[in-house]
Amino acid sequence: MHQRQVIRTNDFALKLANVNGTGSASANGLLMQAIFRMGIPVSGKNLFPSNIQGLPTWYEVRVSKSGHTARALDYDLCIAMNAETYARDVKEVRSGGALLYDSSWPLDAALSRPDVTFLGVPLARMCNAIFTDSRERILMKNIAYLGTLVALLDIDMGVIDELLEEKFSKKKALRDSNHKALRAGYDFAIENFECPLPIRLEKMHATDDRILIDGNTATALGCLYAGATVAAWYPITPATSVMDSFKELCAEYRKDPETGKNNYCIVQAEDELAAIGMVIGASWNGARAFTSTAGPGISLMGELIGLAYYAEIPAVIVDVQRTGPSTGMPTRTQQGDILACAYASHGDTKHILLFPANPGECFTLAVAAFDLAERFQTPVFVLSDLDIGMNDWVCPRLKWDDGYRPNRGRVLGAAELEKMTKFFRYSPENEDHVAARTLPGVHSKGAFFTRGSGHNKLGGYTEVPDEYQEVMDRLAKKHKAAAAAVPAPILHKQVDAAFGIISLGGCDPAVREAVAALAERGIIADYLRVLGFPFGAEVEAFLAAHERVFVVEQNRDAQLRTLLTMETSAPKEKLRSVLVYGGFPLSSRHVIDGITAQLAQLEHR
Amino acid sequence: MPSPKPAVVHPHLRPNTLGLTVRDYEGAPSTLCAGCGHDSVTAAIVRAFYELERPPHMIAKLSGIGCSSKTPTYFVGGAHGFNSAHGRMPSIATGANAANRSLTYLGISGDGDSLSIGVGQLVHAIRRNLDMLYVIENNGVYGLTKGQFSASADIGTKSKRGEANQYSPIDPVSLALELGASFVARAFSGDKGQLVPILKAGLSHKGFALIDVISPCVTFNDHEGSTKSYLNTRKRMLPVISTDFVAADFVPHAAEITTEYAPGSAVSVKLHDGSTVRLRKLAEDYDTGSRQSAADEVERHRSKGEVPTGLFFVDTNSRDMHDISGTTEVPLSQVPYQKLCPGSAALDELQKSFR
Repeated sequence: MHQRQVIRTNDFALKLANVNGTGSASANGLLMQAIFRMGIPVSGKNLFPSNIQGLPTWYEVRVSKSGHTARALDYDLCIAMNAETYARDVKEVRSGGALLYDSSWPLDAALSRPDVTFLGVPLARMCNAIFTDSRERILMKNIAYLGTLVALLDIDMGVIDELLEEKFSKKKALRDSNHKALRAGYDFAIENFECPLPIRLEKMHATDDRILIDGNTATALGCLYAGATVAAWYPITPATSVMDSFKELCAEYRKDPETGKNNYCIVQAEDELAAIGMVIGASWNGARAFTSTAGPGISLMGELIGLAYYAEIPAVIVDVQRTGPSTGMPTRTQQGDILACAYASHGDTKHILLFPANPGECFTLAVAAFDLAERFQTPVFVLSDLDIGMNDWVCPRLKWDDGYRPNRGRVLGAAELEKMTKFFRYSPENEDHVAARTLPGVHSKGAFFTRGSGHNKLGGYTEVPDEYQEVMDRLAKKHKAAAAAVPAPILHKQVDAAFGIISLGGCDPAVREAVAALAERGIIADYLRVLGFPFGAEVEAFLAAHERVFVVEQNRDAQLRTLLTMETSAPKEKLRSVLVYGGFPLSSRHVIDGITAQLAQLEHR
Repeated sequence: MPSPKPAVVHPHLRPNTLGLTVRDYEGAPSTLCAGCGHDSVTAAIVRAFYELERPPHMIAKLSGIGCSSKTPTYFVGGAHGFNSAHGRMPSIATGANAANRSLTYLGISGDGDSLSIGVGQLVHAIRRNLDMLYVIENNGVYGLTKGQFSASADIGTKSKRGEANQYSPIDPVSLALELGASFVARAFSGDKGQLVPILKAGLSHKGFALIDVISPCVTFNDHEGSTKSYLNTRKRMLPVISTDFVAADFVPHAAEITTEYAPGSAVSVKLHDGSTVRLRKLAEDYDTGSRQSAADEVERHRSKGEVPTGLFFVDTNSRDMHDISGTTEVPLSQVPYQKLCPGSAALDELQKSFR
């Protein structure tokens, strides 16, 4: 610490190693929020176990004045609060970095590193001296290390005070305890260390018009604003908080002011088979309805997704992807459901997929999902993931256009039906290859029999090959037509690019950072991020314009690449994969290393 | 393809107050086997809706997969129908009901659809007290796949090939009583006099009404040795409760319905829509408002090898899914969007807490 070091302001990464169930989440959240309020771009990744108490959990905070929010793999400072993971936490500190530990107990000399500064703070001893309650002694250790970090990183104490004031405005005793612990940690650091460290914070104004929000809350907000009234679900990590948020939002915004009754109905189903059934039943009956789930739920929903596809019933399915297959790692992230969703269910089925890359897009694409589902009378999947869904992201403030009106698609009303001689469910079709539907309870002329069994273009039961094929062919055309309706991909074009990169969803921050870093090395790439499936003309054009395209995604089997090879005219050989699928969010280093290694390989051929 | 029905109107067909005759409550011609019990149930449903004077477009008829699940095509052509997936009708009905609570929901299922693949969804629809009439057309056998035993097959009953069933049966009536269904009945497809009033009472009941209808399969389960054949059902069937039904706003003289069964003590139960169902019991000490009493009575007869029928239990004060959820009276599908979207100002305000 006494050697001269380069001062790095607003550009570093922290790793906090904790034991889950000990109250660290609250302190770590405060840390991230304080940095955000200081106007500095920051991201927090919660790497947690599938467990309630006692297992290792980490929280990573990356501070980046240039706004890079992908996961960092080098840590300048580690707060090592878990003896069980101490050995591996020490290893992950960057050479020249520092490690904060609880010096209430002696440090195992074998775990020491000469190139890392060890900062011992007697957190347990301090808290035992201040507090008498055993639970409080454990909880407040977290706030005490936060106090130490305030001094070490030069966090604005005024901001911390403000946050504690807001958080505990109605719990005075708790606020006082927090203040005492915070002060103890802070004072110890000032007295014993050279504060601040070379890594430090300085106020900026880069987050003034931004918010801190997780993707699941944003998705729930999108469903609320889209006018969803029926939601059915089965609890599953990492999708549960979508419905928790939706429920909270509905309680706040959907109570009828006159009657006090609910303008919504949320059903916790017995399983995902029932959850999707309820969504289909509600959509069939004219409500905007959705479910939120994760991979295992998608597997269970398979059969009824096919029913909705074939009978042409809208359904919005939010899939917050986690690590598969099977139970996999429920609290770890992945993009492993792309193919399962694209072709969900038996027989020939193809679905519309949307790929949000951040909470802001969770909000807008949730709304888009309902419009697409009703316009095309078909299931639409919003493919989020655990990293987007459960971590807090710094996002531009969400905006809402009060002129928005839901696109309910082709639905015939009583007056239109009254004028008709005879209504046929699947004829005539419009330019999207969609026929008008009718809702129960409107007019008996609109009555028809919805079925998942073979039907002809008039809606009648059939086992006649030509009649069956005619409907199936129209469904294929309808899916194709949706290519022009899903949100267009986002293109980052550079001059004289040597190759292209295609990616999706939560890979975006890492890929953008990698593209910038590669450009600094003279490796120029165009980057296209797809927002939806079926792929439109822009994707075809990008593939055609580049001789080599790297497809970056978070799954083992290159599912996006597979989808591109099946659903575009690009030759398979043109597409090369960069795959990271261990369950932690993607880092730019993964992308840079993956691409440069393959480029080197290609040169040596 | 079956030939279309003749367009002859019987001179005695009287229109109900909606101006609809019983023919207006019929559907497409049945494609089931001649003599199928299900066709009798269909005819009873047609009669029940006609007599209840329900507007066809306000009826939603739903089913799963199986012979019974085909039948919604054969009644009330002017109602929306949904032939869903095997065992999944309860969830489709739950969602449909969530979206529009103003319709009458009639689910038609079978013993395979309800007691095997769909038992999970059935029990939860009962738990939620979903406002619907759920009819199980129970024949103890899988018809469409040609004669396998279903979960309602009695121990020792013989299949057409002579094999005897070894597994204990699930009795939907006992199941529904146990799970808290607010209306539980059993009827026989061959006894229209009993079936029609029970159907009407079930359709008028608010909450989950389950009617287990023994409905013999003439093709795969009507032989000697089968406990669910026509002959054996007639032999074992014992109406422990007979049912008269008086619809709400019905003309007064209709209240003078008499029953063909020997009278026991009669009770009148007023249903949610103002209709009255009058129950006549064979056992004096049987309380139709007591779940325990119903369960005991059903078990007492079952253990003697009898098939007790009637409306065993009805709770007219139960809270259905919407009451429990506090849903608005206006069907959710009809709440205007302006009432659903909080708007940009609310979003701006909310986001102040996201800092």
